[in-house]
Amino acid sequence: MTNAKVFQISRFLKTIEVELVNIRESPAEIQNFFKKSDEKKRSRFLKKILGDKNLGDIVFERLTLLFAVLVFLLVLFMAWEMYSNSELSINKFGWKFLITTTWDPYAENFSALPMIFGTIVSSLLALIIAVPLGLSVAIFLAELAPAWLEKPLSFLTELLAAIPSVVYGLWGIFVLVPWLRDVVEPFLQNQFPNSPFFQGAPYGYDMLAGGVILSIMVLPIISSISRDVLKSVPDPLREAAYGLGATKWEVTKTVFTNARSGILGAIILGFGRAVGETMAVVMVIGSRPQITASILKPASTIAGALANEFSEASSDLYLSALIELALILFVITIIINIFARLLVWGTERRWK
Amino acid sequence: MKKVLLLLALFGVVSMSSAQLQLNGAGSTFDYPIFSKWFDTYHKMTGTEINYASIGSGGGIHQVTEGTVDFGASDAPLTPEQMSDFTKAQGTDIVHIPIIMGGVAITYNLPSVGQGIKLDGTTLADIYLGKVTKWNDPRIVKMNPDKNLPDKAILVAHRSEGSGTTFIFTSYLSKVSPDWAKQCGTSIAINWPVGIGAKGTEGVAGVIAQTEGAIGYIELAYAKQNNLPYCLMKNQAGKFVEVNFNTVSAAAAGAAAHMPKDLRAVITNSPGKNSYPICGFSWVVIPKDIKNREHAQALVKFLKWGVTKGQENATSLYYAPLPKSVQKLDLEKLNAITSNGKKL
Repeated sequence: MTNAKVFQISRFLKTIEVELVNIRESPAEIQNFFKKSDEKKRSRFLKKILGDKNLGDIVFERLTLLFAVLVFLLVLFMAWEMYSNSELSINKFGWKFLITTTWDPYAENFSALPMIFGTIVSSLLALIIAVPLGLSVAIFLAELAPAWLEKPLSFLTELLAAIPSVVYGLWGIFVLVPWLRDVVEPFLQNQFPNSPFFQGAPYGYDMLAGGVILSIMVLPIISSISRDVLKSVPDPLREAAYGLGATKWEVTKTVFTNARSGILGAIILGFGRAVGETMAVVMVIGSRPQITASILKPASTIAGALANEFSEASSDLYLSALIELALILFVITIIINIFARLLVWGTERRWK
Repeated sequence: MKKVLLLLALFGVVSMSSAQLQLNGAGSTFDYPIFSKWFDTYHKMTGTEINYASIGSGGGIHQVTEGTVDFGASDAPLTPEQMSDFTKAQGTDIVHIPIIMGGVAITYNLPSVGQGIKLDGTTLADIYLGKVTKWNDPRIVKMNPDKNLPDKAILVAHRSEGSGTTFIFTSYLSKVSPDWAKQCGTSIAINWPVGIGAKGTEGVAGVIAQTEGAIGYIELAYAKQNNLPYCLMKNQAGKFVEVNFNTVSAAAAGAAAHMPKDLRAVITNSPGKNSYPICGFSWVVIPKDIKNREHAQALVKFLKWGVTKGQENATSLYYAPLPKSVQKLDLEKLNAITSNGKKL
């Protein structure tokens, strides 16, 4: 902790102390109130400040308000803390931190672009795989599955979400990577020999592996939320559609259209999870900050770079660059969430 | 109520036992296995309790600079900038004590070839620079006339996180290859020209185990425990040497003669016929003048024990012990530690 910070904190404590002294000293009314044991006076006083409200209600209201504000303050505090700790790097690199492509800890030349690229592309890859799968699972579970199959199947998909990410990583190293290397990647290269997306020797530790691992991890989020949303569509709608002579496919389509804003929310939540996921990705993505079109080449993500490099980063500039990376991840997540909100609102309004 | 009393009583016992002398350290994960063995033995012997947080060398350096721990442990020596930061913060200089040694094995996966491919430093550097890309490159074939090297692409594996092992490895490549020194340099983490980054020693070993044609650098201990094949490296004297405890200690002995005064010696590519070229010290870093006299005495006593008696434990945990000549230099440094300007 720097001296400046110690000073700030001590100043903060000082203001609290002053406040306390003020409370203790100023309103004579309150002091008298506690000194005198006059029952009538006390109740009159309480009435004066409480009005018709119940004391318990007021305490409850204020307490919940306090915690709500605290959460908000915590987020602000985190953002401010990250900003102030990355000032060194922000001042040194400025906007160049977001547009150049070198991450060189030895030369102390840092840029976040390769990691931003890796984060976004691996998460999008994950969505490309997980959205069709997850939605199929959700539709099957909500609309088509017989009751005896629905319960155990939903339980199993939700179980996927409970597996720790490092276990996914290990599974990735021992099962996924060899399979991608020996089967999937040679197949892709044979099918699309000239595609820029499948260039380079396939080693299995690459953007594709990161995307596939992420897709498995976000699958339960997308499928279980979508299933809940589909189930919450009122039954009369289905009954009406059947009554008009619609087929199962047409009924499902109607229900789906009704639920689309919620499903969109599920997808964005999945995207948010993918963006912040760390351990499993680090273990299979090859950790190489570079920007290439090929998904068969190693890449690196923001969360991965933080997990990799934070503990051994010794110089101040290196540390501050890493914290700026964290700040960027923070901002990206906020943007995604705002975007998701807007989308959901937009579709809701159009539907109404 | 009873429970509360019980808790209070327990708390009392805990706080009473913590009245005993306690030293705190933080840093290198590489040192952690031998440290925990030492702390345990030493606690039983003397009653001095030592806590160690293996949070990484960088973190150890930060904590000792801020004065929150009694000692830090680092796999790389402090940079001049870090040393002046320390002096500014603590008002005294920092002292480097080489505490244990580690070797770095160059391991590979070529089932058809088996143990003991011979390599020299410049070729290794060119492999990591992406200039030598096949196992049957004429330069490798020339060094291994007795081996039938396949026409297989070399996959370079390296650590993805900052690591003392990477520091030792890159310092070696920088010493033997001017191209490497210019393009990549020596650091705990660098901008790798080619290859795949894997997390931790196990990660690198995993990539190598799974991929035919892969090459990577890992700690000696890990290579030995898992019986991985490793390269014989050409040393400064021109001999190809195997990596083991003797050749690593020989490298330190070779370097001891030209040891800098502050003991911040990077001993890669060190002279001597039996010296293995890719190895290094791990350091404990402590203030030269320690304010708390009691702590100072206990810490110095422990470190003296560690660099002498403690070295006997080293090989059983796959570390290389410090040679006698370096132990002597350590003891001289430790004898010069003061508390508030007075000798201990």
